[in-house]
Amino acid sequence: MHGAMGSSGASAHHAAVANHPGFRSGARVDHAANGFNPTEMLRDFDHGRTTRLASGRTLREWELIAIDKEVEVAPGVKFPAWTYNGRIPGPALRAREGERLRIRFGNGSEHPHTIHFHGIHPSSMDGVPGIGAGVIAPGKSVTYEFEAEPFGLHLYHCHVQPLAEHIARGMYGAFVIDPRDERPAADELLMVMNGFDTNFDLSNEVYAVNTVGFAYMDEPVRVRRNELVRIYLVNVLEFDPVNSFHVHANFFHYHPTGTSLEPTELTDTVMQCQGQRGILELRFPFTGKYMFHAHQSEFAQLGWMGLFEVVD
Amino acid sequence: MEARTAARAPGRSGRVPAWVLGAVPLALIAVALAAFAALGGPGLGERKGPPVEDLAFERTVLEPGKIELTVRNDGPDDVTIAQAIVNDSYADFAAGDRKLGHLEATKVSIDYHWVEGDAYTVQLLTSTGATSEHEIPVAVETPNPDLGFYGLMALLGIYVGIVPITLGMLWLPFVRRIDPRWLRVLMAVTVGLLGFLAIDATLEGIDVAGQGSQALGGASLVFLGGLVAYLVLSGVEAWLEGRRGKAEGAARGGHVAMLVAIAIGLHNLGEGLAIGSAYAVGALALGAFLVIGFALHNTTEGLAIVAPVAQRPPGMGRLIMLGLIAGGPAILGAWIGASAFNSSLAAFLLGAGAGAIVQVIQQLAPSVRDRAGRLLHPASVAGMLAGFAVLYVTSLLISV
Repeated sequence: MHGAMGSSGASAHHAAVANHPGFRSGARVDHAANGFNPTEMLRDFDHGRTTRLASGRTLREWELIAIDKEVEVAPGVKFPAWTYNGRIPGPALRAREGERLRIRFGNGSEHPHTIHFHGIHPSSMDGVPGIGAGVIAPGKSVTYEFEAEPFGLHLYHCHVQPLAEHIARGMYGAFVIDPRDERPAADELLMVMNGFDTNFDLSNEVYAVNTVGFAYMDEPVRVRRNELVRIYLVNVLEFDPVNSFHVHANFFHYHPTGTSLEPTELTDTVMQCQGQRGILELRFPFTGKYMFHAHQSEFAQLGWMGLFEVVD
Repeated sequence: MEARTAARAPGRSGRVPAWVLGAVPLALIAVALAAFAALGGPGLGERKGPPVEDLAFERTVLEPGKIELTVRNDGPDDVTIAQAIVNDSYADFAAGDRKLGHLEATKVSIDYHWVEGDAYTVQLLTSTGATSEHEIPVAVETPNPDLGFYGLMALLGIYVGIVPITLGMLWLPFVRRIDPRWLRVLMAVTVGLLGFLAIDATLEGIDVAGQGSQALGGASLVFLGGLVAYLVLSGVEAWLEGRRGKAEGAARGGHVAMLVAIAIGLHNLGEGLAIGSAYAVGALALGAFLVIGFALHNTTEGLAIVAPVAQRPPGMGRLIMLGLIAGGPAILGAWIGASAFNSSLAAFLLGAGAGAIVQVIQQLAPSVRDRAGRLLHPASVAGMLAGFAVLYVTSLLISV
């Protein structure tokens, strides 16, 4: 595809090309009104607030509030979303293996919600209806508390029925547990693959990474040549059975669920069903612009497409 | 009438002129509505629920690299078109005024490298995330409405309208010679032919109406068109009769022939519309077969025109004029259909054709009656059924 010719210097802006992939030219999403910016979200990990317990362990705390909010998911298209802390995806909660985690959840939405974490914890902390605190009614709150385990890349989401709607409306986020021993230093990026069913016909009109379709076509993800890039990739896409990630002209090491430090595969395309996630590690040997997108072409055409811009 | 009013007036309302009495309620209604609007509809509050968005696709024009849609806001609320999706792919587009009020229309010109013969689904995504969908079953470039194109449509109109009708009118010498009993049968055949055309036009109109804006009337436009044509022709007929006094046979036959020609003309306008619009979307093979089918079909219409004037035929000039009135509109219809097709207008015109035919059937009815004054006698029923059958069979040749 055009614009992805690497060092040969195809610097023409994609909008200049007829039938360019993207929305109506000239129209942009108002990130300020949304209250979050996909480019800033890439490197926005929420480490919470830490204190030391008597036992010497670290207690890490967050507060998440459910908020109903209109979000512009494509230029000019507003979606009546349900969010954690007013953003989609919700805060990327990041802890270290073995820590004690405490998440206070307040429901400021008009609808009942929970937070269900992927991880290892007692059933009372599972954030599902009828078990433990169960469903949290509007105006109510609850505190979830458990250990950070196992290390890897996980996620959290609302688990109230109808489940598909609560997820599709935007109630999800990434949950990163770092191993006790640091991973090698890298430029770390968070990418949550999602979509929006704007007309509520149980199929998505907009596909994206971090909510806004084609956001990284308009504003490429800037990375440095030869620097290790680590991508935390989560799929929460509702209504479609699978999603995928493909990068042009480069290969990455893939760590499914991030639970092993050894990669299972060197590839340029990986597939995930909903709830699956993994860590990608790669170095870009050449400068230039490189596309990345779902390799379901339909999703790519409908917004799940972006560019890396590799610079020296 | 005046005497009665004068007798009542003094006791009721003194010397106030009648027009004032008529205007007072109107003025009060205007004041009340203005006050209601100025106060913002007191007591009504906001409507419940999300906005109602409904877009109607009125016309599709395909040019290389472009899909141009004429879209009308068919719903009660304002609509803002935010994005366009063609076959599950966002596409760049240009549109005029971005906020569309109730019944406002705009052109949406989408950049898309469409391929001839492929099927496309266009979705327009509004600011609320709602989608309106339009199918293009087979993509074909829309013909450029240049001189050659208008010439082609005119030729088509002449082939399917004027020529066959004029040929059909050559039955005149034959119908002059035949026995009055057989003439009655022939008139019944004509009634059958026309009845079939009325049904055909009505169904076609309802079908066409379903494709466009519903807020402008939809299928009701077919019946409105029918009613309007029926009433206008009835008025014209009454006026002609009044002017000629108690018309004797020949004059009456003459103006019935004129009315039949007008009704068939309206019908052929609709037929031309169908041909032109089908040609514009590439759904029409302009083959000899189609023209032959139409010729057979429309020749019978010529018979319907000359049958009423069998007893005292008019001059050659008038016959030619009748032929042009009946067949000419096919050309006009083909032009409109191919270059400025609008389904609401087409539905109205098809309905008008049907209404005109009904009026004409009513005009022809006396000439079908037998000596006992019966309308439905064995000979007339047989004639009508024959008329139906002829058109049914010939219409199989020309389904557009």
